[in-house]
Amino acid sequence: MAIKSHALLNRDIISDAALSSLRKLNPRTLMKNPVMFVTEVGAVLTTAGLFFRPPTEPLGFGVQIALWLWFTVLFANFAEAMAEGRGKAQADSLRKTRTRTTANRVLALGSVEKIPAEMLRRGDVFVVSAGEIIPADGDIIEGVATVDESAITGESAPVIREAGGDRSAVTGGTRVLSDQIKAVVTANPGESFMDHMISLVEGAQRQKTPNEISLTILLSALTIIFLVVVLTLKLLGTYAGLSLSVTVLTALLVCLIPTTIGGLLSAIGIAGIDRMVQKNVLAMSGKAVEAAGDVDVLLLDKTGTITLGNRQATEFLPAPGVAVQELADAAQLASLADETPEGRSIVVLAKDFGLRGRSIAEMPHANFIAFSAHTRMSGVDVDGREIRKGAPDAIKAFTGNDFPPEVEEAVDKVSRSGGTSLVVAERQRVLGVVHLKDIVKGGLKDRFTRFRTMGIKTVMITGDNRITAETIAREAGVDDFLAEARPEDKLALIRKEQSLGHLVAMTGDGTNDAPALAQADVGVAMNTGTQAAKEAGNMVDLDSNPTKLIEVVEIGKQLLITRGALTTFSIANDVAKYFAIIPALLIGLYPMIAPLNIMKLASPHSAILSAVIFNALIIIALIPLALKGVSFRPLSASKLLRRNLLIYGLGGIIVPFAGIKLIDMIVIWLRLA
Amino acid sequence: MTDIYGWLQLAVFSALLIVLTKPVGLYLVRVLDADGKTFLDFLLKPLERILYGLFGIEPEKEQDWKEYAVSLLLFSLAGLILTYLILRLQNHLPLNPQGFGGVAQHLAFNTAASFTTNTNWQSYGGESTLSYFSQMVALASHNFFSAASGIAVAAALVRGIARQTSKTIGNFWVDLVRVNLYLLIPLCLLYAVFLVSQGVIDNFHPYAQAKTVEAAQLQHILGSSPTAQQAAIQDIAQGPVASQAAIKMLGTNGGGFMNANASHPYENPTPLSNFIQILSIFLIPSGLTYYLGRMVNNRRHGWAIWAAMFMLFAAGATACWWAEAAGNPRFTALGIDAAAGNMEGKELRFGIFDTALFATVTTDASCGAVNAMHDSFTPLGGLVPLFNIQLGEVVFGGVGAGLFGILIFVVLAIFLAGLMVGRTPEYLGKKIEAYDVKVSVLAVLTSCVTILVFAAGAAASAWGTSSLNNAGPHGLTEIIYAFSSAVGNNGSAFAGLNTDTVWWNTTMGVAMLVGRFFFMVFVLALAGNLAKKKIVASHGGSFPVAGMTFVLLLVGTIIIVGALTFLPALALGPIVEHFIMMNSTLLF
Repeated sequence: MAIKSHALLNRDIISDAALSSLRKLNPRTLMKNPVMFVTEVGAVLTTAGLFFRPPTEPLGFGVQIALWLWFTVLFANFAEAMAEGRGKAQADSLRKTRTRTTANRVLALGSVEKIPAEMLRRGDVFVVSAGEIIPADGDIIEGVATVDESAITGESAPVIREAGGDRSAVTGGTRVLSDQIKAVVTANPGESFMDHMISLVEGAQRQKTPNEISLTILLSALTIIFLVVVLTLKLLGTYAGLSLSVTVLTALLVCLIPTTIGGLLSAIGIAGIDRMVQKNVLAMSGKAVEAAGDVDVLLLDKTGTITLGNRQATEFLPAPGVAVQELADAAQLASLADETPEGRSIVVLAKDFGLRGRSIAEMPHANFIAFSAHTRMSGVDVDGREIRKGAPDAIKAFTGNDFPPEVEEAVDKVSRSGGTSLVVAERQRVLGVVHLKDIVKGGLKDRFTRFRTMGIKTVMITGDNRITAETIAREAGVDDFLAEARPEDKLALIRKEQSLGHLVAMTGDGTNDAPALAQADVGVAMNTGTQAAKEAGNMVDLDSNPTKLIEVVEIGKQLLITRGALTTFSIANDVAKYFAIIPALLIGLYPMIAPLNIMKLASPHSAILSAVIFNALIIIALIPLALKGVSFRPLSASKLLRRNLLIYGLGGIIVPFAGIKLIDMIVIWLRLA
Repeated sequence: MTDIYGWLQLAVFSALLIVLTKPVGLYLVRVLDADGKTFLDFLLKPLERILYGLFGIEPEKEQDWKEYAVSLLLFSLAGLILTYLILRLQNHLPLNPQGFGGVAQHLAFNTAASFTTNTNWQSYGGESTLSYFSQMVALASHNFFSAASGIAVAAALVRGIARQTSKTIGNFWVDLVRVNLYLLIPLCLLYAVFLVSQGVIDNFHPYAQAKTVEAAQLQHILGSSPTAQQAAIQDIAQGPVASQAAIKMLGTNGGGFMNANASHPYENPTPLSNFIQILSIFLIPSGLTYYLGRMVNNRRHGWAIWAAMFMLFAAGATACWWAEAAGNPRFTALGIDAAAGNMEGKELRFGIFDTALFATVTTDASCGAVNAMHDSFTPLGGLVPLFNIQLGEVVFGGVGAGLFGILIFVVLAIFLAGLMVGRTPEYLGKKIEAYDVKVSVLAVLTSCVTILVFAAGAAASAWGTSSLNNAGPHGLTEIIYAFSSAVGNNGSAFAGLNTDTVWWNTTMGVAMLVGRFFFMVFVLALAGNLAKKKIVASHGGSFPVAGMTFVLLLVGTIIIVGALTFLPALALGPIVEHFIMMNSTLLF
């Protein structure tokens, strides 16, 4: 898909970002980020301070500090611009798919007029035929069509859209490949799905998420504390007879305030939404992405999420006196015209019994009887044979006889094991039973086990009866299941879990899923679903793959972890900076404190400069981590905490000691101080 | 540090602290429940009802956090004004055998603020300024009330954490009455009797006079000069000491009856009285951690908090002990035995370890009683009590204040690290959201900023430095210590500083009020907000609030916040002084 393919570091994005980081120096924009705003004020002060420096302070030192402070702000701006740039690139590629289209608006009397697509309003009705672009988001009211939705999903296979049911929504900008449909407009220009998607990936309407707001409060408080620390240090210095220049004090201030996380915070948030987009999931807000991390109950639809869409034939159980081959042969004949996955799986299974593949074309005389809700059977009349397959009671009605006890037993056995029985009969003669079974997707069990260690409960939702549901639940390794579920049961379950203090995520596509999607903390609507479902959820999965719910949760967690890790790292860094700067400030007045200079930095000026340079470069060094997110492992909270505290807490204390020392050596080697 | 009795005492002290934590905590559960049953009910329940009737308290009516805070503030304001008036007018009031005059305005304000806030900073010498009436009615009553207020606010916060979707967090007046009636008064009665048994005095006598031995010698040399006359008679202060000393330790108030506080033989005569006085500082704060664990139904969490406190305590105590035992190389240069350690300013009967332990404990908690002069400690030995105060006195801490103080750090630590488990940070099932972060950082911010701004202001002004007896880094430490002690409501003095001036009394008084009541209002706001929240289910993905990782995280957060805020100031004070002491070749 167009959206998916872009590298983390792309030349165009970088050069755009570099330009945009200059534009972001505007104090009014920067004001939203208190930490970087203070840094910018510091950069201005040190630049101005060049003209008022004390005679003992070399000009070169002041210039370098001022430059590096400007760089600190620019680097932070660059990080944000990079994150935004990636979104913009995606938005542009989306925009390209939009060309000027004309719409065939249906007038009250049934006549059709051609107007530009932008003039369509909600409630208008339009007609689209094969080869034409759908002019606006709409709901089909008449007809069936195959539609190419690759513009938004990247999936080249066409999808079927039809009036009524759960596949009625069409998206503006996609192309009708066959047939003709009539649809009613559901979104005004500028409010369409595509518009929404563009503004989302572009980050145009980005608002701070709840956790970002809390974190900004904490970072602002730290900034105020350090501001006071530095200002009072000036006064305490006066007492001791220590005169500290504006340059030195500002350098100390900028090193102490959490510039690392302050500079990367918005980039992390934008990148989080971006990672969702890369998975082809559109989160309607950053808040939804965050909520995904908090989710601890996943409601998973059995069909499509846990099992491979539909049941498959796994076994033939012949009636007494019937050979397995005979049953297989009859079952295959009865299923030849049956295009359902169940039907096809019977044909496939029959091949295992030495039957050659047959095709409908070979049997021009055959009269295939399609499945109907009334008869609940399907089959074939060929060469005088009448073969039917269907639910046990339907076949009983067809044969007019009770089944032999062995067949009854086989039917029982199949349902006890959670499967579904199809009985095959030829006229009055029962041939046997086909065992249809749900096939659980591979790898799910491990995944659910990992979820369990992370404290996430998985609940399978299915319309099947209890026995079937229980078997599949056991096989898939989910924690709980809801059998014979109706949409209102789903809603009730969500409410119940929420009242117990859980946060619930679910997927859905039908209109009757809409209330549950709206109630869930994270509701992922399938793109193939109805407009109502898409509006009720707070995410849309363009691939319409319900299993992706699991990845959505992982991305949410990864976003929160990245933010926490970089905050911890940023604050832990201060310890080393103190050890660099405080001895440098005092050593002139109190030479005996030399042992405090544990990094053995060359001179007071080189020490301060090195700390400031480290502080600026660490932002650049961490941009890839902020954009990609920290590596996520599904572990229990206490293991995750221990691991991340060691890496980002302890690491955050140690790394700057090494970094500042290294920079100090380079600074001295280059004779910069 | 080679003193085996020191290690032994530390071990016994720690063991007793562990053993006492649970019973005290269980008793607190009953006392802090308006309907709780205690074994003293038969005696005190009628009295409790009478008090409720007398003051029109409706015990079944709970308050939301704003009502709770307003009650606390009004009560404290009334106490502040009453104390101010009593001190100003003590010459017109009874029980003034020495005939002391009214206390000056600024000193009266400072003292009233000091005792209302549980600080007990004393800009005056008790036995030479205050009448028995002032000491007993104005000051001792505050020792009870301010201690009870602290416990009440802690209980309100714990209720906020434990409850869900609740508007109220208890009733301040009920908490105040019950804590005094069922906890402080009975315990202090017992405790005072014990102290008397050790030789602490408790009377209303006029001061005794003794003929000194030195005077006889002086008279022999100088004849009957005025100097010799003066030295011939020594006033020996008397008074109701035991009853005051009991609450001063138990309520972590710290204001001594005598100016010399617990180093005075009448206030702290024996090694046993010394040991029990130290232990009694931690008694209620330690029990409160168990109360927390019990109330939130997570006893391991209560013990985890206890463990974090204990680690900080043990680190401070051994560091202070080590620094004092290592002594002062410049004394050694004078030919004083290095093995004795730094005995300057210490009571011989207590020695190095008992003094270091007392100094650490009194500043871990917001007690502020002293049995030695902290000013005479080695620079690093003195740094320990100072840093303890600056950490927010959360190491067991003041009664109630220690618990709510450390819970603020718990909220911050969980918010900082909580994101790293991949969820919105939550504390015991309560999501930590913007409002909670805001009030928590405001609480910490107010204290840190007040200490730094006042100390720096004093250090850079004539009014500040003119009160100093010592120049250089040591003088700076005295100033920083004074304001840390005031804002932290500790009350111990580094000394060497005359704070009985208009400027000092006023700024210190303001610092004490800000440090106490701003903090408490933020804590109550947090309590109110937490109480409103729903508890989300706990599971393997929830943030672990017990166990070693959490303990270390909490300890790390407390130390890092404290160090990052105060390191520059400390570097200019005790740290530089230490290097000067170690490196200087000068004798003095």
